[in-house]
Amino acid sequence: MRRILMGCLLMLLALPALSQLQTNELSDPEKQRRYQELTRELRCPLCQNESIAESDAPIANDMRRDVHRRLEAGQSDEEIVQALVARFGEFVRYSPRVTPATWALWFGPFVLVLVGLLVVVLMGLRGRRSQQAPAALDDGERARVQRLLRENDRNQ
Amino acid sequence: MNRVWLFLPVVLVVVLGVMLYAGIGKDPTKLDSARLNQPVPAFELTMLADAQRMLDNESLKGQVALFNVWGTWCPSCRVEHPYLVALAEEQGIRIIGLNYKDKRGPALRWLEDLGDPYQFNIYDPEGSLGYDLGVYGAPETYVLDANGVVRYRHVGVVDERVWENHLKPVYEQYRAQEVD
Repeated sequence: MRRILMGCLLMLLALPALSQLQTNELSDPEKQRRYQELTRELRCPLCQNESIAESDAPIANDMRRDVHRRLEAGQSDEEIVQALVARFGEFVRYSPRVTPATWALWFGPFVLVLVGLLVVVLMGLRGRRSQQAPAALDDGERARVQRLLRENDRNQ
Repeated sequence: MNRVWLFLPVVLVVVLGVMLYAGIGKDPTKLDSARLNQPVPAFELTMLADAQRMLDNESLKGQVALFNVWGTWCPSCRVEHPYLVALAEEQGIRIIGLNYKDKRGPALRWLEDLGDPYQFNIYDPEGSLGYDLGVYGAPETYVLDANGVVRYRHVGVVDERVWENHLKPVYEQYRAQEVD
């Protein structure tokens, strides 16, 4: 009996956890999923290497609350991200938009890979050409080579 | 002709070097305000010193001002406070305060004890105006022009170096325009 009572008392201690859960709970599972996704994609401006889902900073908490409120109000993902970008800047996007300023970021690696491939291909072609070069002798030259080699043999 | 291509790696290295060199000494935690060159977002909040008086965007207009975000819970705000008092008293700089996520009682006591450099303070207990403005950590200090448009933001403590090098030039530039 006492053990059961003790167990119940201990469970009371876990109530704060429940309330924590409820503040993040959204009205439908689809919104819940979008909430998880959005808060992982948005970056905390204060603790710069954390998403607002991970961060304990007060500002991250405010941003989570705002995302939550906007989701319940029926805003689209893009509208929500825009609202936060308007306040905190492009910085809060973990995946920056494709604009001329971010072209190097988005396409740079692919360009570098292409350049690398080009260099490899060109070097390969040049290598093959230089291997084939000795074979390109006409009949006269070939006869001369034979003669020289024979002479060489005789002299030894 | 083909030999020109031999210089490509040198060019690449120089370009990369210049880019990386430009990044040295830049503090990545200092972000430009997303509200730069935009008016302070619409708000309606009470005055810290008088819960009956409502303030809105019109209250910010008329003169160039520093707009200082602070709270009694913020240790760095205490660090910069004496310098703000000096700016207001010795140089007559107009400073408007945003009392951010704070309580009225302690905030008023703070001003009484440490001096009051502010023309007035906007009382923002929920941090709603702060949030709309993109405040992410107090103290922050903005320069507002005479139309209440954000012209500069500094994140962190304001001291003589920050004032002389960053805030003052912007403040005076817009002061000069005001006179024109």
